[in-house]
Parts: sequence; C-alpha cells; structure tokens
Amino acid sequence: MLAVERITKRFGGLVAINDASLSAGQGRITGLIGPNGAGKTTLFAVIAGFEPPTAGRVLFEDIDITTEPVHRRAHRGIARTFQIMQPFAGLTVRDNIAVGAHLRHRARKDALEKAEAVARQVGLGGVLDRQADGLTVAGRKRLELGRALATAPKLLLLDEVLAGLNPSEIRDMIPVIDAIRESGLTILMIEHVMQAVMGLCQHIYVLAEGRIIAEGPPDAISRNPRVVEAYLGHGAAARRRGSEASHV
Amino acid sequence: MSVRDLLPIVAVVGVLALIPFGASANTVLNFLVFTLIIAIAAQGWNILGGYGGQFSFGHAAFFGTGAYATAMLQVHLGLNAWVAFAIGIGAGAMVGLVIGFLSFRSGLRGSYFSLITLAFAEVLRIVANASAITGGAAGLLIKLDVRPANFQFHSRAAFFWIGLALVALVLVLTRWLEHSRFGAQLMAVRENEDAARALGVDALTVKLGAITLSAAVTAAAGCLYAQYFLYLDSTIAYGLWISVEALLAPIVGGIGTVFGPLIGALALHGLGNLTSLMAGRIPGIDLVVYGALLVLVVAFAPDGLLGLVKRLRARLFRRAATETA
Repeated sequence: MLAVERITKRFGGLVAINDASLSAGQGRITGLIGPNGAGKTTLFAVIAGFEPPTAGRVLFEDIDITTEPVHRRAHRGIARTFQIMQPFAGLTVRDNIAVGAHLRHRARKDALEKAEAVARQVGLGGVLDRQADGLTVAGRKRLELGRALATAPKLLLLDEVLAGLNPSEIRDMIPVIDAIRESGLTILMIEHVMQAVMGLCQHIYVLAEGRIIAEGPPDAISRNPRVVEAYLGHGAAARRRGSEASHV
Repeated sequence: MSVRDLLPIVAVVGVLALIPFGASANTVLNFLVFTLIIAIAAQGWNILGGYGGQFSFGHAAFFGTGAYATAMLQVHLGLNAWVAFAIGIGAGAMVGLVIGFLSFRSGLRGSYFSLITLAFAEVLRIVANASAITGGAAGLLIKLDVRPANFQFHSRAAFFWIGLALVALVLVLTRWLEHSRFGAQLMAVRENEDAARALGVDALTVKLGAITLSAAVTAAAGCLYAQYFLYLDSTIAYGLWISVEALLAPIVGGIGTVFGPLIGALALHGLGNLTSLMAGRIPGIDLVVYGALLVLVVAFAPDGLLGLVKRLRARLFRRAATETA
C-alpha cells in the first residue's frame, strides 16, 4: 500500500533521515519506533507531504506521490495525526471532525452525520458540542484520531497517539486502534509506549539517527541487540546478556 | 440552511427598513446611508478576516476599485449606472483575486499579509492620485441626472433601502457560509492551516475564494458610495480611513459572526455622531470615541459586543439556575 524508497532528508548540514526505506502492508499495523530525535516525525512529514525529501520516492498504491501537495494526498486516502495536537481550537468537536468528513461529503448535513458517527467510534460521542480547546489531553488525542478517520482514509499515519496518556487512558485507547485496523485500514504508527507497540503491530521498523537499523516482528525486534544499543547505549546489549546469564 | 436560520436576518432587516417612515430628516438618513455603506464594507472584511483569519489592512483597495470603476465607466464611457455598479463589483473581486494570488501563493500569513494589503491599497491610492483617467487629485464627478434609471434618487430613503437590501444579501451570504463546506474549510484554515491541509483542504484555493468574495462585497460598498455622493478622489476611494472602518466595525461588533459588522458599524457611528452632536463642534471628537470604544472592547469584550451579550446571558442563566436549585 505504502512504500517509502531510500528517502533522505537534509536540513542544511543536518541529515535528519538517511536513506530510509520502509513499507506498510494492506490491512496491517506497522510500527515505527526509535529513540528521541531519530527522525520519525520527519519521516512522517515526508510521507504526508509536509516536507519534500532531499532524495528518494514515496509510493502510494504503486503511484509516485513524492511531489504531490498535502491535500492531494488526503484525497488519495492518506490521513495523519499530529504528535503535537493541532485542534481547531475555536470550533466544537463536531465541527472539528466535520472538516475531515467534508473531504468526501459536500453537503453539510451528511458531513455532520458522518462526524457524529466517527465521534462515537473514537469515544467522543458525549462531548460533541464542547469546544476543542476545552478537551483533556486524552480527548484531544481522540479528536486527532477522529478528524483523520472522518476523511475515510485507506492509510492512517498515527504520530504518538498514546504519548502523554496515563495507563488507564492507554488501555481505553488500544481497543479503539485495534477496531480501526479490523475495519480494513492500513496503519503506520510512531509510538513510544512499548506495551502498545508490541501488542498492536505486526511489523516494526526501528529508526536511529536517521537510519533504519532493524525491522521485523515485535518479539524479534525486542531481542535485537542493535535495537537495544540504540536505546540504551553502546555495549548495553552485551551487558544485558551477561546479567541475564548470571541470573540463570 | 433552513428557514429558522434566516429568521433573525428577516427580523433585523424588517425593523431597520421601517426607520425612514419614522425619521425622515435628511441628516438622519444621511447618517444611516453612510453607516450602511460602512457596514457593507465591514461585512466584506469579515468574510476574509473573521471567518478566514486573514487580517487585511487594505480593504480600501477593493472599496476604491469598486467606486472608481462605477464612476469611470459612467464618466468616460457613458455606461448606465446600474451596469457600471455591477461591473464595479466584478472589478473589485478581480483585484481581490490578484492581490490574494500574489500574497497567499508566496505564503504570506499574519502580520505580513496585513502589511502587504496595506501596501497594495497605498500603491493604488498614489496611482489614482497621479493618473489622468481617475481625474488625478481633482477627482471625478458623476453627472447629476436624477432618475431611477441612472441610479440617482430624489429621496435619500431610496438609497437607504438599497443599502439595506445589500446588507441583507450579505447577511444571507454570510449565514450560508456558516453552513457550507466552503465555510467549514475556511474556518479550519483560520484555526490551523496545517491541520486543515492534512484533512484534504486546499488552503490556497479556499483563501483565494474568500478574498475574492470579500473584495466583491467591499467593492459593492464602494460602488454605492460613488453613486450616493457622486464624487470621488483618491483619498476617499483608496484612503486608509475605509480600511480602518472596515476592520474596526467587525472587531467592535463581533468578529466572525453574521451580525457583528452591522452592529459594530451602527455602534461606532451612532456613538460617534451622538458625541459630535452633544459635544458640539470639537474637531475629531468622534475619533476619540472610536478609540475609547476600541480600547474598551479589546480589553473587556474581546469577542465584540455580540460576544459580550452572549457571555452576560450565560452568566444570567447560570445565576437563575443556581437560585432555583
């Protein structure tokens, strides 16, 4: 569905992404993890069209969309959420989601109906008339998700929808994401909450210092020494193996 | 948009339409026609500034283009005034599209957009002041020939009703905007352009649509001005005063609301005129009132007079609720 081919992104002298490739398969949840500053959000921006890559291609349904503007990509069926939430603060929850719904519905009435249905799906059915800036962090995360879903996307890019939530809020949110995948959507998610990544994703890419250093199913990734080192520092994997051995 | 949405508009316009039957003094009608012209210009500003969040400091560019086009077509080409009026609105819309294209395509936002619009209006003022076709500094006089076919009337009340009809038309247009996809996308761009783009909103096209519509409405005010006073020069048509009037009225009345510009224009000019009457001929006293009112609104009612009313009503309801509880 989505193929990112050898993307490089430079900001002046800084190489934020270095020759990264990944793909997200139809109907699956693919995870993108990595330490802070690895370039995950930049890669998302390239996929969604907010940043042009310095080199490389982005393919969606086998069509090269590398130079297409953001809104054209939305029409094709790519929707994203923002890590730093970007609600339409002065509008109600209903109107926020309706902006997304208007992508496929011209009539106001249809868009509002669709918005209400989506709001219930993401657990915002009770606060439809509340203004977006009056929502809690968890509410705003749900709103990000709801707006993106309302565009009826084929591919959903989730940028840390669980970050900043407390454990019980995370427990409430995971089934929502799982239900979205079950409806047939393809999801590519950036996530730091490992419990969620391991539980939800079928395939994981690890980005560190702009490079993809590992990929594979969750359990293989968690045992991969290069991944452990990227997170915990040089030599950590060896030390960890050593301490595990001594515990036996 | 349902009939219920239009009811407040019908009520307000209906009441205003009765005024000439009660107060037929020329000074009163003069004041009212002028205030309606300002209200129309302000309604135009409100579409781009209030609903689109793009604060223009140069709506004089559209007001003046409408006014000059109406006048020049009649003076130089002998065109019928009603036709010239329609073309004037179209000319204003074109200028809006061009200015919008030049500034939005280069990604100008916020204060940069405000400054570029101000610059465009000033350039037009200087050009109009210097060129022969606009009558230069001497200005343009539309020939007096009082016949309805010429858009000239003996009665000031006729102008009042035409102005009011235009106000009503734009009230309906604005109400439609609130209930349309275009309006929803425009408000989304106002609130957060990046988020709107991510949801498939073509921000450039939406902003261009808004500035074109906004310019057309403000140009209509300019056309009406030219037709009412039958005289124009560059400081009237493209002067800073109308840019300020067009943005002040919505801010005072309630930015991004249907009735805000009309209420703001009535409040500002009503109060300004009352003080002029009471304080006698102190030059500039009405401007002092404007300034004071603006400071008060910005400090105590940042959502304008309409927002203030809404807040007071909510507080009253809360108090009533706690007393009955």
